[in-house]
Order: sequence, then C-alpha cells, then structure tokens
Amino acid sequence: MQKTSKALLGLAAAFIMSSALPNLAKADELTLCWAAWDPANALVELSKDFTAKTGTQMKFEFVPWTSYADRFLNELNSHGKLCDLIIGDSQWIGGSAENGHYVKLNDFFDKEGIKMDDFVPATVVGYSEWPKNTPNYWALPAMGDVVGWTYRKDWFEKPELQKEFKGKYGRDLAAPKTYDELKQIAEFFQKRQIDGKTVYGASIYTERGSEGITMGVTNVLYDWGFQYENPKKPYDMEGFVNSADAVKGLEFYKSLYDCCTPPGSSNVYMVESADAFKSGQVAMQMNFAFTWPGLYKDEKVGGDKIGFFPNPAEKAHFAQLGGQGISVVSYSDKKDAALQYIKWFAQPDVQAKWWELGGYSCLNSVVTAPGFAKSQPYAQAFLDSMAIVKDFWAEPSYATLLQDMQKRVHNYVVAGNGTAKEALDGLVKDWSEVFKDDGKI
Amino acid sequence: MTISHSSIIENTVDATARATPVSVARRVRGLSDRAIAWLFIAPAIILLLAINIFPLIWAIYLSFTNYRANRPNAPVQGVGLGNYQRVLNDPDIWQAMQTTAHFVFWTIILQTVIGFSLAYLIDRKFRGHAFWTTIILIPMMLSPAVVGNFWRFLYEPQIGLFAYAVSLVSGIPTSDIQMLGNVTLAPWAIIIVDTWMWTPYVMLICLAGLRSIPDYIYEAAEVDRASPWRQFWSITVPMALPFIMLAVLFRGIENFKMFDMVTLLTGGGPGSVTEVASITLKRVAFESWATGRASAFAIVLFVAVFGLANIYVKALNRVKQR
Repeated sequence: MQKTSKALLGLAAAFIMSSALPNLAKADELTLCWAAWDPANALVELSKDFTAKTGTQMKFEFVPWTSYADRFLNELNSHGKLCDLIIGDSQWIGGSAENGHYVKLNDFFDKEGIKMDDFVPATVVGYSEWPKNTPNYWALPAMGDVVGWTYRKDWFEKPELQKEFKGKYGRDLAAPKTYDELKQIAEFFQKRQIDGKTVYGASIYTERGSEGITMGVTNVLYDWGFQYENPKKPYDMEGFVNSADAVKGLEFYKSLYDCCTPPGSSNVYMVESADAFKSGQVAMQMNFAFTWPGLYKDEKVGGDKIGFFPNPAEKAHFAQLGGQGISVVSYSDKKDAALQYIKWFAQPDVQAKWWELGGYSCLNSVVTAPGFAKSQPYAQAFLDSMAIVKDFWAEPSYATLLQDMQKRVHNYVVAGNGTAKEALDGLVKDWSEVFKDDGKI
Repeated sequence: MTISHSSIIENTVDATARATPVSVARRVRGLSDRAIAWLFIAPAIILLLAINIFPLIWAIYLSFTNYRANRPNAPVQGVGLGNYQRVLNDPDIWQAMQTTAHFVFWTIILQTVIGFSLAYLIDRKFRGHAFWTTIILIPMMLSPAVVGNFWRFLYEPQIGLFAYAVSLVSGIPTSDIQMLGNVTLAPWAIIIVDTWMWTPYVMLICLAGLRSIPDYIYEAAEVDRASPWRQFWSITVPMALPFIMLAVLFRGIENFKMFDMVTLLTGGGPGSVTEVASITLKRVAFESWATGRASAFAIVLFVAVFGLANIYVKALNRVKQR
C-alpha cells in the first residue's frame, strides 16, 4: 500500500513538474503582433538584441495587411491574450484607448524617463496621443511612415526625353514640386514607348475594399485645402470637408486617374502600386515610404534607376500619415515584461539600429543626426515627408468614417458617378450621422 | 390432424419473438427504446441548439439593442424597432439588396440554361463524354479564393487573356476592356465568373434528373411516333423539372450569400455597384461594429431568404406531385 502511495505521489509530482515547466518558459516569452511586411522582418532581427540582453524570447504574430485590422481588432475586442505587445495602426488609437485595449503609458514614461519630446512631433500626435493634442500616451512611436512618391530616374535622365519635355513645358524633366507639374509629367509619359514597351504616367491608390483610395485621395486633398473639421468647432465639417478647394482637389485626383494611370487601375493599393513600378509600367508611383527600401534593392528598377520625392505641394503642403506606434495590450498577463521591451526599444542606439535594418525610426536623435539625410537614398525624402504629415480621423468610429469615404470617393473617382461636390457633400452627411450616433454632435 | 391458419401465424410470431434479442432498453436499467433513441439524438440536438438556434435567438435579441461588440463594457440599451427602421430606410442597404437580386437573377438564369444544356449533351453518352464531364466539373472543385484571383488576372486589361480574346473578336483595344473598373461591366464580370464556376454543379443535378427518367417512357413515345422535340418538351423537361428547381433553390440560396468572389474581384466597387448584401452586412457588423444594427439587417435577410425559399419549396412539391 505504501509503495502504491509513493508511486502515486511520484506520478503527481512528475505531472506537476511537467506542466509547470512550459509555464515557466512561457513567462520569459513575449508575443508581438504586427502586419506581415518588410519592417516586421527587420524588427525580428532587431529583437534578437533584446533577447540577448534580457533572456526574454520574442514570438511574433504577423498578419498580411489585408486581414491585419480584422484579425487584431477582433483579438482586442474579444480581450484576447494572444498579443502582449501590438503595433497597431494609427487610426486605432482612439478606439483602443477608449475601449481599454491599450495600457496608458504616461506613468511608465515618467518613471523610465522616456520623453515624448524626443520623438518627431507628428508621430507622437499620430501614433501615441488620444485625445489628439493632449498629453495622454497609449503607444510609443514605432514605425514612421508616410505617403510619398518614387520615380524612374533613368527615364527622367534620358537626353531625348529631357529635350522633348523642355521643348514642351519649358522646364527640366525632374521630380515635380507641385501637382500641376506631376500631372504634366504623368501626361508626358502616358502611353509612351520606352525600350520597346508601352509605359504609363503614374500609379495612384484606388482600392475600394479597405482604405486604399482614401489614403490616396486625402494625400492630395490636404494640399488643396481640405480639412476634416472647423479648427474652432470640432465635428463641424460643412465648408471644410466639402470646401470649394476640396472639390477642386478631388476633381484633380479624378483627372489624374483618368489621364495617366495604367489600364486596369481601378483597385490599386500598396502591393499593386509597387508591382506596377517594379514591372516597369509607370514613370511615377504613389506609395508609403516603407516600400522604398525594397524598391531600392530591386534589381530591375532599384539602385541608380529609382528616385524618391515627397508629396508635391499645391495651396498647402501635406502628406498622408501612415505608420504605427507600439502598445502594451491591457489583457496581457506579461505587462511588466512588455513594458521592458518598450523601454529597450526607446533607447537611441536601438532606434539607430532599427533605421539601419530597414525600420523607420521616429526618434529625433536618429532622424536629425548629421549623416541621416545621406544614410540612405530615400532618407531625405522620408525626412521631408514626415515634416508635412496629416492623419485620417483617429476617432473610435474611424472604421465607419473610412468606409463612408471609401464609398463616396470611389464612386466619383473610379466609377465616375456624380460630381466631386456631390461626393464631398455626401461625405459630410455620412460623417455627421456617425458623430451623431456617437453623441458627439 | 389439421393445422389452422391462425395457429401457423401464432407459431411464426412466437418463433420471431424468441429469435429477437431482449430489448436493448430492458438491458439498460429499464430505459425505454424511446428514451435510448433520445439519448442518441440528444448530442446532435444540443449541438444544433448551441450552434444554430441560440445564436439566432441571440441575434434577434441584439437586433433590438444598441450593442456594439467592440465596446463590450458600454451599457446596452433597448432601441425597440429602431435598428429595423434604420435598416429598412437605408438607401445603401436597398442598393445592396438590388445588387444582390441582380446577381441572383442572372446567375440562376445563365447557370440553369447552360447547366441543363450541358447535362442534356452529356446524357447523350457520346464518345469521350466521361472525359468531358470531368473537364467541365473542374471549376466547381476549385476554391473561390483561387477562382477569384485567377479571374482577376484573366480580366487584367494589359496581360489578361479575356481582354485579349475580346479585343481579337471585337477590335476594341485591350486597354479599353476594363471589366472590373467599369460600372456597367463589373457586375457582369462577377456573373461570368460565378456562372463559370457553378454551372457544373447545376449540370450535375440536372444530369441526375435526366438519368432518373426511365427509358421505357421514351420507347413508348417512340412507338407513338412522338418527335424528338415533342419527347423533349413532354417527357424530358417535365420529369427533370423537380431536379432543375432543386438546383435553382440551392444556387439561389448560395448566391444570395455571395461574398468571397466579389471581395476578391472588385471589393464591392467600382463605387458600390458590386456591393452585395453580404459585403454590406460584414461592413456594418465587423468594420463599423454596429452589432445591433447588423443583427437587424441579418434578420431581415434571413426572413427574406427563408420566406422566398419556403414559397419556392411549396411550388417544388407541387411540381413533384404532378
């Protein structure tokens, strides 16, 4: 009998040990959730230093952009424990803060001496603050990103094209400074034969399903004077969203789509735009800056053949903000360890390495370092672009606001229904309804 | 000694009773056969209740509230018929319903006509008919995600075979054949793909119908010197009609829920011309997180499909009884 008891005790102890060991190991492991793209691979590389320093293993959950929002917003809404750290899109900040998905970082920043003044101001507003322009921080700026342009430098430098262009427009064929110049260049290249192949002017965002055309259209509208609301009266949109200037801007976007994009450009976003450029179809391409390192490395169109320029100006000079901040998920059981990761990530030497590896640091000491502008061929264009960023609504209802804009602008720009004024008037009506539902007006 | 009929029967009954094993019920602690039957069916019924009935009742409850799944901590308030009122007065939702009806109508017409024609041809059992049947069935076996991407490339104006073929026949430049970006053509682009993919399914059901018609009916018709045309309209069509109607019912319900193909091909665009009801529902439910309103919309859709399907099934039963 005693033997049986001992055997049972031994078995029980072995069972407890075997089930406890993996738990001990898991306590030293953090899961970071993000989109599956090139910068994520750079972060995997960078995080090896964190593991080496702290012994904490990093596990990564990367989801393709097409299902990134669906997947992780579902995870957050269901209070899931999958992610300890999340690099969430800039528009999620409002909802994630108000719904308690993210840990508020103010006390932690104060305790650890992490100062938001050390980061590029626009990225702090865009990725960290809710409510906007108040010192309430829910994320550390992690990946700076902005819509900009790449162009075929080798085509622009062809002497015969230079000559023809100068004869026609009276100026050199070079990266455009204004939208009028950009359109002229796009028209110049549209359906031109280069190296025996028909090429086109520009690839711009037109995607309907997620956020594509909104990112492209706002990128242009800001420069014409479009504003989300009356600066003196929040949520008052009449005459700002649908101002005469905004109407002109939207008309311009449609004219650019009609005159100068490759055939079949009715559903283009990041991947399709990059593909159009990589396959040598277009002279210019609108795309987020994160695509630039990959394009620069491309054997066919990269290296000396590619050039970069920030969004051109018109009446004003802005660019659509992309990018994300890194947050601690409030449902995580390992919040302390996750905060340690953020502390480590905020260090200047880590941020410098982040930039070297292909991530876009938002730390002032990195982007204002003397050699930064020349550290990569696209560094200057990135710097110039980050200085002029503006973001879409970051309200908790941003997704509905986004859907409304997708529908209205796609209906006008791609489907050719109605006028620009009607599209923007409709947008004011839709957005007013959303804010009414939210009890904000 | 004479043996009466009744005693033979009694003996046979006794023998049968002796041969029959003791009721399973009696062996399981006095449970009745009915109780054991319930015991076996219970897991399936519980699963059905948990997976189908409970969510349906829950959705009906949510449809009368302002609940938002992304704000689980916010107080849930009853809104009466407010969500239904809003859904039924929303022009976007009506637009989506019209778009869906357009898809369902044309896909059913095309798939039924082509599917039945193919089944009729295959039923002739010409040489190599088995091979051609297999070839025709391939699209149906592919995943909608594969089909969507495959056709997206086919429709591509610059490199797509579809544009090239149309250009070859019509002389229109390929760059002008923008199936997915054109308001008029985009709905048809989706109808073509759905027809390509699901006509084989209709064909299979029709083929089963055609094969179920006994040969002697045709032989009798031939003896009566009925022409092939008369045989087709008086025998083939009426006898295959219940199968055709069944195929129409299945495809109608499926196409009412069409989602993946549209998402992959157009994402609902250009504008909203291909935004079918399921895409709108997904946007309201999982992008706007207006869970209460989405539930009301789902219930409206459910009632519409359920009501139409019921009317249709009654018609189908009448045809079968003829």
